[in-house]
Amino acid sequence: MADIATPTPQKQPSVSYDPVFTALLGLALLFCLAKPILPEFLIRIPEAWVPPLASWLDRFFEVIKGDLETGRPGLIHLTRWFAEGPLDFMLGFTANLLEGKHRWPYFEPLPWSAVAAVAAGIGFYLGGWRLALLGGGTFVWTALVGQWKIAMQTLSVLAVAVPLAFLAGIILGIAAWKWGWFERVIKPVLAILQTIPFFTYLLPAVIFFKVGPTAGAIATTIYAIPPMVLMTTLGLKKVSHEVVEAGKMSGCTRMQMLFRVYIPSARTEILVGVNQVIMLCLAMVVLTAFIGMPGLGGKLLAMMNSFKLGRSFEIGVTIVLVAVMLDRMSKAWVVKLPVHHERGTPWYVRHKYLLITLSAFALFLVLGQFVDILDKVGRRQSLSMGREIDKVIKGFLAIDAVQAVTETLRYVLNVWVLIPFRNFLLWIPTSSFILMVVAFSWIVGGRRPAIYAAIFFSVVAFSGWWDRSVITLYSVISAVILSMMIGIPLGIMASRSKRLAERILLFCDTAQTFPSFIYLLPAIMLFGVSDVTVVLSIVIFTTVPLTRYTIEGLRNVPPEMTEAADMSGATKRQKLMSVQLPLALPTMAVGFNQAIMFAFFMVIIAAFIGTQDLGQELQRTLAGTDLGKNFVLGMNVALMALTFDLTIMSWSAKRTKMLGLSR
Amino acid sequence: MNKDTPVISCRNVWKLFGANPKQYLASMPAGHSFEKIHADGYIAGVKDVSVDVARGEMLVIMGLSGSGKSTLVRCFSRLHEITGGTIEVEGQDVMALAEKDLIELRRSKMGMVFQSFGLLPHRTVLDNVAFPLEMRGQNRHDRRERALEVIKLVGLEGREEYFPRELSGGQQQRVGIARSLAIEPDIWFLDEPFSALDPLIRREMQDEFLRLQEMLGKTIVFITHDFDEALRLADRIAIMRNGAIEQCDTPDQIVLNPKTPYVRKFTEEIEKSRVVHASVLARPLNGTAVEGDPVIGDHTIHQLARQLVSDTRDNLPVAGKDGALIGVLNRQAALDVLLGDD
Repeated sequence: MADIATPTPQKQPSVSYDPVFTALLGLALLFCLAKPILPEFLIRIPEAWVPPLASWLDRFFEVIKGDLETGRPGLIHLTRWFAEGPLDFMLGFTANLLEGKHRWPYFEPLPWSAVAAVAAGIGFYLGGWRLALLGGGTFVWTALVGQWKIAMQTLSVLAVAVPLAFLAGIILGIAAWKWGWFERVIKPVLAILQTIPFFTYLLPAVIFFKVGPTAGAIATTIYAIPPMVLMTTLGLKKVSHEVVEAGKMSGCTRMQMLFRVYIPSARTEILVGVNQVIMLCLAMVVLTAFIGMPGLGGKLLAMMNSFKLGRSFEIGVTIVLVAVMLDRMSKAWVVKLPVHHERGTPWYVRHKYLLITLSAFALFLVLGQFVDILDKVGRRQSLSMGREIDKVIKGFLAIDAVQAVTETLRYVLNVWVLIPFRNFLLWIPTSSFILMVVAFSWIVGGRRPAIYAAIFFSVVAFSGWWDRSVITLYSVISAVILSMMIGIPLGIMASRSKRLAERILLFCDTAQTFPSFIYLLPAIMLFGVSDVTVVLSIVIFTTVPLTRYTIEGLRNVPPEMTEAADMSGATKRQKLMSVQLPLALPTMAVGFNQAIMFAFFMVIIAAFIGTQDLGQELQRTLAGTDLGKNFVLGMNVALMALTFDLTIMSWSAKRTKMLGLSR
Repeated sequence: MNKDTPVISCRNVWKLFGANPKQYLASMPAGHSFEKIHADGYIAGVKDVSVDVARGEMLVIMGLSGSGKSTLVRCFSRLHEITGGTIEVEGQDVMALAEKDLIELRRSKMGMVFQSFGLLPHRTVLDNVAFPLEMRGQNRHDRRERALEVIKLVGLEGREEYFPRELSGGQQQRVGIARSLAIEPDIWFLDEPFSALDPLIRREMQDEFLRLQEMLGKTIVFITHDFDEALRLADRIAIMRNGAIEQCDTPDQIVLNPKTPYVRKFTEEIEKSRVVHASVLARPLNGTAVEGDPVIGDHTIHQLARQLVSDTRDNLPVAGKDGALIGVLNRQAALDVLLGDD
């Protein structure tokens, strides 16, 4: 059993006998065996012992929230003012420009051809013809399949959330760099923020910032802030001390130092942060569909719910295209270095990209007034093949052979693997379960992670949601084990050939930019709506980082070590098993950790397919005002995820140090 | 303040790194060695240093890495706060300056060149050179004029619009030099400016540097770990080890009379005759009768080698710059320097 709960690649070959580990595991097994005679409280925490955490939290939130109607002071006055004032104004502004919403400045929506021209122009400036094609092509596709309006709804929220998250992130990042104590405070907060499920952001956003785009924009913004903070701090810390001294010797004041020396010198890291902000915002803004936000995500959710696979597929393609476009462009911006012009270059040559883009924009703006099809693609005119694709997919799925395969797979997985495993996990007494997790953290991560594991899982046990937490954990563990069985062999195979490795890495990098929501699509298409679908969508999602880090780990084994193995007469297999894999393990562990984090993220989203885990409860809270419950559920997910994170990362760090490798 | 006041004057300067350096220094017994301080958990970056830099002088601080030479120079400009002692720049106590005055001092009087150049990667050559002018709020036109002037001075004309990454190491350092000269500083700090360059370029840059100094006549503090470079450039050399100055003297004196075994180790490999000047070796006339043509005091013994070997006189007269006799050179003593005295 311990083998299932503690996936094996973490086992250290050097560990022989550890009395603490043996004692913990022995006690856990004893509790299992003695279950029939075990006192009740060791099997499950009795209802009566569960503190009413949710209602305490409710009361706490009630106090800080304040009340709009009675005028009782509280946070909500500030947040609602912000939501209804500046935020609503900004959202209205972008929504007017992009989709023509009836808000200030009351323009007609921009013609799609003009937007596509600007995207192509920016793409050309950043990365030549290929990016121009990607930028322009994405918008041409979006318009032609008739998704212009929903895509613009999504982008107009993005256009507000990204700058907000950037600003907040860079300010917090500067503060963390400037004051050590602030960094020490904010680091764990950011770690927790990144493991709390997105749904836990949504409900407070709705309550504090009003239902609708404002709540969606705020939840998205807050979720995207942490990487910006981290990258800003990292970049500022990396500025060479000679550059800093040169600034001081030039007589910079503190402000001049910050804005003319530090921030420009940290450009690369800050722009990497911007890339991450953009990608996270896109992934999250799609998910705001769950609080009823219109846009690409909302449409996709509706289509998936009514099992319209063709239209879902088309929207999926749009989302992927937008994601890839935003990612490639922002990454091209990171590496784009200023180029000098010879002295005396006329201004129209210096700014040729800007001029070309502007004139293309103007041209299509004018053309759009006369040629309707360049302005709007109507419902009838669109080239959407939703119905046809739907028929093809459903036809394909109805082929006997395909059906036989999917059915068998579903049956075997469900009846022989997943359900027995789930029931087994649920059968284990709570006390025994916690002991096993602590034993795992102890042997893998060491003392500190073990202590955290004990605290975190005890909190989960006392939260009153134990069974649902175990079911969540069950989905995560089974999915990660399955994806390890796919991802690790795939990675090992790919790393044998340099070309193949590069292609698969490129594929993985691209796939990692897709919003997580997209990963549900293929699983639903193949397996309909069932437990297997949830696990399989997580598998697809988590195989990507596992494969990626396996390849990276193997590729980064120092060449002199593999050469030494070759010269010692090792066979390929011997080289792999005794040189490459052991040295790649710390990196692979990072991938494994990422896979688990992704799984925790996905399992909550996938809940709308129908599960009985924390995710389902969380989604139910979105309809109400149960802030306390919403938080307790989210906290449970975060605590379980953090336990794994702390344990595995501590192992990876220790191991890297021990092997004398640097990452 | 008259002409003879030293430009930089430091007395018993200490710079300790550690948890609580000020308190430690106050309670530390006098004469504590570097090792003992280290055993107490502190690093003596600068250890009880007193040195003056005269106007127009080039002081070279020489030492191996970790000897504290860079730390000492950073104390002069208060990039580091010192732990004890006093530093006066043009008569002003640097440590007593308010932040505003310190910035003003750097903006008007000091320039610094760095080992790895310290150029701002996002600015063109022109904007890098104009940076200190921009900081002190000079208008666009003036700073452009001035920047172009110094860029021309260091021989980078035509590269004004380049970015640092587009230049070679030597060219980047020329930008660094130009930037440090843009504000016309009185005091010029150079922190191993040529160490990151390859040997041929280094030689070229040293010549270039001497040409500039000839023209500008600044007060210079120059750091190097290269003893040859020190001998080549310096008016005076301060040799540092473990934070303290082992010996501070002219190149001739250091080569002729190394004070400590550590300094002697550096001088052993040096061909003394290329360093020692006739004027230094000359003894006062004191009524000694000399005859024949004098040798020029500014020449090194090496430059006089041919004459020393072929001449038959025991004592040669030595003439100063103005042609007046300044002393007498014992041929045997000079030959000892030339050939080694054993």
